[in-house]
Amino acid sequence: MNLANVKEKFNFKGIIRNRETEEGTVHTVDNRAAFFAIIRKEFTDSIKSWRIIILLAIILLACFGSLYTAVTAITDTLDSGAAEELGGNTYLFLQLFTISDGILPSFITFVGFLGPLFGIALGFDAINSERNRGTLSRLMAQPIPRDYVLNAKFIAALLLNVILFFSLGFIVMALGILILGIPPTTEEFLRVMFFLVVCIVYIAFWLNLGILFSVVFKNSATSALSSIAVWIFFNIFYSMIVQLLSRSILNPESITSMADVVNRQGAVLNLMRLSPNYLFTESTTILLSPSVRSLGPLTMEQAVGAVAGPLPLSQSLLLIWPQLTGLIAATLICFAIAYIIFMRQEIRSN
Amino acid sequence: MVAPIIELKNVSKQYDDQFAVNNLSLSIPKGEIFGLLGPNGAGKTTTILMMLGLSEPTSGSIRVSGIDSVRRPIEVKRMVGYLPDNLGFYQNMTGLKNLLYTAELNNIPKETAKERADYLLEKVNLTEAANKKTGKYSRGMKQRLGLADVLMKNPEVVILDEPTLGIDPEGVRELLKMIRELSEEEGITVLLSSHHLHQVQQICDRVGIFVKGKLLAEGNIKSLAKQLFKDNTLVIHVEASPIEEALLANIRSIPNVKKVVQEKSGIDVYCTEDVSPVISETIIDLGASLYHISNKHFGLDEIYHRYFEGREQQ
Repeated sequence: MNLANVKEKFNFKGIIRNRETEEGTVHTVDNRAAFFAIIRKEFTDSIKSWRIIILLAIILLACFGSLYTAVTAITDTLDSGAAEELGGNTYLFLQLFTISDGILPSFITFVGFLGPLFGIALGFDAINSERNRGTLSRLMAQPIPRDYVLNAKFIAALLLNVILFFSLGFIVMALGILILGIPPTTEEFLRVMFFLVVCIVYIAFWLNLGILFSVVFKNSATSALSSIAVWIFFNIFYSMIVQLLSRSILNPESITSMADVVNRQGAVLNLMRLSPNYLFTESTTILLSPSVRSLGPLTMEQAVGAVAGPLPLSQSLLLIWPQLTGLIAATLICFAIAYIIFMRQEIRSN
Repeated sequence: MVAPIIELKNVSKQYDDQFAVNNLSLSIPKGEIFGLLGPNGAGKTTTILMMLGLSEPTSGSIRVSGIDSVRRPIEVKRMVGYLPDNLGFYQNMTGLKNLLYTAELNNIPKETAKERADYLLEKVNLTEAANKKTGKYSRGMKQRLGLADVLMKNPEVVILDEPTLGIDPEGVRELLKMIRELSEEEGITVLLSSHHLHQVQQICDRVGIFVKGKLLAEGNIKSLAKQLFKDNTLVIHVEASPIEEALLANIRSIPNVKKVVQEKSGIDVYCTEDVSPVISETIIDLGASLYHISNKHFGLDEIYHRYFEGREQQ
């Protein structure tokens, strides 16, 4: 073992150039290549890991299952002569994502259920696994800013997310066209695209929650369980709690006027909207069922004079704008907290 | 005197109301192997992390190669290789891939990186295991891969935190040999932290003894011994039988003898001058048989031990 003259043998340009710039007055630490290297590595790790492969398989299965149920439901109605029922609905294509024959849930139900799991699976051990394996301190000793690690991990997971959901959406659309023979209109196509974007934002929220817990908890099992606990809380218990509360809020004996009813109903609705699941459901409903015109209670006065018919895309988007910004804000808040904690954390591996 | 490559001035690090590092000043010239020696929890790792800019000192300044570690950590990290104490690799990647990843993070062009990785793997005897996943590496292999990993960026300073932890003696010997070669043949400055005294003694030019966040003493082994053993510089080891109270008392009464300690294998006599002839005479006069008498040389072990002994008495 002779380590002699490593320096003489390797006088490579890259390092020499870096050293020279250090001595200069301008310190542009441009290390974007390193950033992309981390993204690339994280992405490869994700698609090679068993838990992601298994989840992908489940999501694909669910996707085909829901497609099958949607297609049978649509053809059944078409065959049974209830064409008028559907005929009035110009957005037949969108029903591929929403309709179900009662045996299997629809596509949006599947996504609403499996999406968060996928996000959590991508994020829950982002930082603590590096810490436990002892790779974090080695990584931190490289000439990269500390936030590169967190940012790159987030972007790699998000990228996987985007690719997965757009391909899923396109697969469902393509198969729908092949089987049903109905091409989507431009508006339907755009609605599906927006729907996919909402899905990605929604999953990004859970991804960031997972990352946050991975920064806070040293043990990856703890962070996985906490993320899943939050998910279960919002999925199952939150609506129950709000229902309990609404019983006292909407108690007929305490209501005095019409305006009071509307106010109280609004309060209950706003409570529900604290849950990201509810925001997601509202957004997808509006996007994929254009005939839904409002998310809150609608008085007769408001409905008077309204032309019965589906909303145009721009109006649907306007309707879900608060929901969408709320989801994005929740996502960013999670990421910001994770970021701040990570930047201040000790790097020590034990 | 050569300009120091690592310079710490009055560095302190406080956690809550406890000092992990207390007013530490240290300077290490280029090309030296410096051993940071201290028990677990003495603040060695904290000091190292502060040098790399991974932890901020509460007060004081740290400069590595003239660059402020607190303000410009990335530039420092570009020329300092750090081997953490419990280092790990990405287990599902091969040894070679791990090295190439490090190269990517250091902006080293692909071809050079491959060439250098192959070269370094050969140097640390891992060529055969290069395409094996690191999850299957033994502890010693990981440590050697770690050394190669640190050298990937062609560093000027190498900081090794407990590099010999958990490796078998042969592995330690090889690793230490590699470290010494690095320092001698390439002029790389090495900072080594350890609580294994013998190993530090073998390769370090200078040693700093670090206890509870304070640097108690610093210098080469000889000067450390001098600093520490002003009063009783000599230890004479005597093996005789039977060892009786009368014998011990007689030896104690010899001029210049400071202390007599009975041990399992015999007795240790601490004295300021070499009194071995007087001791042997005393033993024979008392009718006991003398089997062995020798001057003990001070190793780091004793220095270390004496330090703590001294501190406890205070």
